[in-house]
Amino acid sequence: MEAKMVVRKRHEPEKEAVRIGVYVCHCGLNIAKTVDCEKVAAFAEGLEDVTVSKDIGYACSEPGQQQIKDDILEHNLDRVVVASCSPRLHEPTFRQMVQSVGLNPYLMEMANLREQCSWVHMQEPEAATRKACDLVKMSVSRVRLLEPLKEDTIPMTQRTLVIGGGIAGIQAALDLADNGYDVVLVEKSPTIGGMMAQLDKTFPTMDCSI
Amino acid sequence: MTDVGRHPRIKLYTMSEVVDVKGYVGNFDVRILKKARYVDEKECTACGECANACPVIRPDEFNLGLSSRRAIYSPFPQAVPSAYVINVNECLGHNPVVCAKCKDACDKECIDFHMSDEEILENVGTIVVATGLEVYDPTEMDEYAYSRFENVLTSVEFERLINAGGPTKGELVRPTDRKTPESVGFVQCVGSRSVRKGGSYCSNTCCMNTIKSTLMLKEHYPDMEIKVFYIDIRAFGKGFEELYTRSRRLGVKYIRGLPGTVQEKSEKGLRVAIENTSTSKLEMHDLDMLVLAVGMKPASSTQKLQEMLGLQLTPDGFFLEAHPKLQPVDAATRGVFYAGCAEGPKDIKESVTQASAAAARVIRIMHKGEITTEPITSMVIEEKCKSCGICAGVCPYNAITVDVKRKIPASVNTAACAGCGTCAAECKFDAIVMNHFTDEQIMNQSHALLETEPQEKILVFACNWCSYAGADYAGVSRLQYPPNARLIRTMCSGRVDEKFIWDGFRMGAPVILVSGCHIGDCHYIDANHWTEKRVKKVHKKMIKLGIRPERLQLEWISAAEGVRFAEVMTRMESLRKDVTPDEIDETVRVLTAD
Repeated sequence: MEAKMVVRKRHEPEKEAVRIGVYVCHCGLNIAKTVDCEKVAAFAEGLEDVTVSKDIGYACSEPGQQQIKDDILEHNLDRVVVASCSPRLHEPTFRQMVQSVGLNPYLMEMANLREQCSWVHMQEPEAATRKACDLVKMSVSRVRLLEPLKEDTIPMTQRTLVIGGGIAGIQAALDLADNGYDVVLVEKSPTIGGMMAQLDKTFPTMDCSI
Repeated sequence: MTDVGRHPRIKLYTMSEVVDVKGYVGNFDVRILKKARYVDEKECTACGECANACPVIRPDEFNLGLSSRRAIYSPFPQAVPSAYVINVNECLGHNPVVCAKCKDACDKECIDFHMSDEEILENVGTIVVATGLEVYDPTEMDEYAYSRFENVLTSVEFERLINAGGPTKGELVRPTDRKTPESVGFVQCVGSRSVRKGGSYCSNTCCMNTIKSTLMLKEHYPDMEIKVFYIDIRAFGKGFEELYTRSRRLGVKYIRGLPGTVQEKSEKGLRVAIENTSTSKLEMHDLDMLVLAVGMKPASSTQKLQEMLGLQLTPDGFFLEAHPKLQPVDAATRGVFYAGCAEGPKDIKESVTQASAAAARVIRIMHKGEITTEPITSMVIEEKCKSCGICAGVCPYNAITVDVKRKIPASVNTAACAGCGTCAAECKFDAIVMNHFTDEQIMNQSHALLETEPQEKILVFACNWCSYAGADYAGVSRLQYPPNARLIRTMCSGRVDEKFIWDGFRMGAPVILVSGCHIGDCHYIDANHWTEKRVKKVHKKMIKLGIRPERLQLEWISAAEGVRFAEVMTRMESLRKDVTPDEIDETVRVLTAD
């Protein structure tokens, strides 16, 4: 599902006064069981340039995202810190979220409170909460200096190299070719078929493999 | 298979290997080496006259040496392309005095001994890695006597024996006396689920393959005695349990326990000793034939390809996906996808499913004909640039041009720049800005961290692709480690500027860790070589300044090494505890005076 684009004037970041929103996600109990999210949010509220700081059930959920988007519009936020899971997981989600209300996607920063905090310090809730505060503080100090960036577009050669002519390579090549894309299929032996060609009947259908 | 040969949109290169890949998503330049077939693929009608004339007889690989073929041959009747091929190492040669009998036999004159290896260049936008698997060789498991007794076979050899197209036309016979065995045993998990030999993982298909084989045998030889020796039977897929039940109902005996020894008796029969773990009793089973259900190993080409494409591997040696649940067919390298056993052992259905998924993911990024790229590239501030040329020298992508002689400032080709940030870290004049990972942005983070109680904290720089992902993997695996470390993410460890390290120590950091991908695995070709050099240089300076070099650590941690990440964190914590407040004060004093 594509996020709805709300046409709105982009917030030009002003060097002297940035307005940061911080959202500390509980991720159900994944984070909140170990990290005191309310405390972290309260701590973040006291940080320089932080306009809004909240703890939130699931930041990535539709209501969670809506709340952040509403805040961006209501409080005129120009920077957002989402303290939740790894950016390797949800960075695209939250970038898209801020973009949908007119903020440059590169003005959003994540603090990794789940993979790198609550999940790895389960027995030490207090130390984990201290660490979470640090991670949020680091993200706030980083987000303050982030600058809007524009994505580039580069041409895409509509051709695929498939390496290996076994059943997987054959299937991928055929699916792509049938969809109208050119495929280069490279196989090191004199014939395609791979391992599968050597098998007799195959489960669960018990029919011929070739 | 024939569809592939016929499809107008598929260009098939057999006997070919990818030897080099350059470029990036949307624009990969691929170098392919196509070995000579010595038979014209298009003209050959696979009549077979050439093979009839060939005097050289060799074991047939397709039938695992259970039958023979000639030096000119077709791998199997349904081969695609259907053309014959000459194994040039076996061929007697093209000199008519020596042989060239095949050439005389070929009416269509398709045989060309002057054919040579070709190098082919292709430009593609995306890559699907479907390099498959290798079968485990059970020779090292001497207890099963695979290399000693002829009537011990692997499951793949067994496949050929019961295949109607195989060397015996589907008739199961014992290799020693060519008689149909009265009893057959199957040994499961050969080369799988063992920490000692083979892989520690489950090979996923062997249980069902054995069950299938028992059903085939019962169909052809209802009175045959069949026993399966196993640890667990994993009949987890759709319709699998039904086959298992049918096999048991047909009288196949499933015995929990793997053989300890296999002995040969008179007339080449086998005696298998097992401890039945259901009854805790030692049992002897006399069998005519034993089949080893061998597991899967990563393909031998895996490592070469991994280095060529900058991919990651799991500890098992299979390719690592970008995310185990949400991006199971994507590689972390954009534009590269996995299909089939290259990513891990799987059966045909799963391979087909994954291949279709990979095709859909390919189309997803390819269909528009253009692709957006992250603007995380470097930028030169011309006024500050002294045209020294260092940046151009360290760039793994040759994306920077600078004229040292004529003092023309450096400029970055943003389309070629991949964003590792090594240039920004190496520039002595702060003339390069790495977008989204500027000096100020990064140092603001470390300042925020070390502002309060720095002595309690471990400053860690982690690269996005390997060590940061390794830290995430430790989290996903719920590995517990001391809570003192805080990570700063950079795209590559090559971005970690010397000044970040000095600044950290000046702020009172007791220990600092720089971490990246293993040498050879760098997501940015070889940018981490510069990290290594830089850290060595800093170590030397630390010694000069009287700062213990142990306080700066460099570790290579891959995305799959969650366990290693946790271990490194534990070690860093013990290093941190060794640093006294006096030592920190002294370092701060030395560096501030500097």
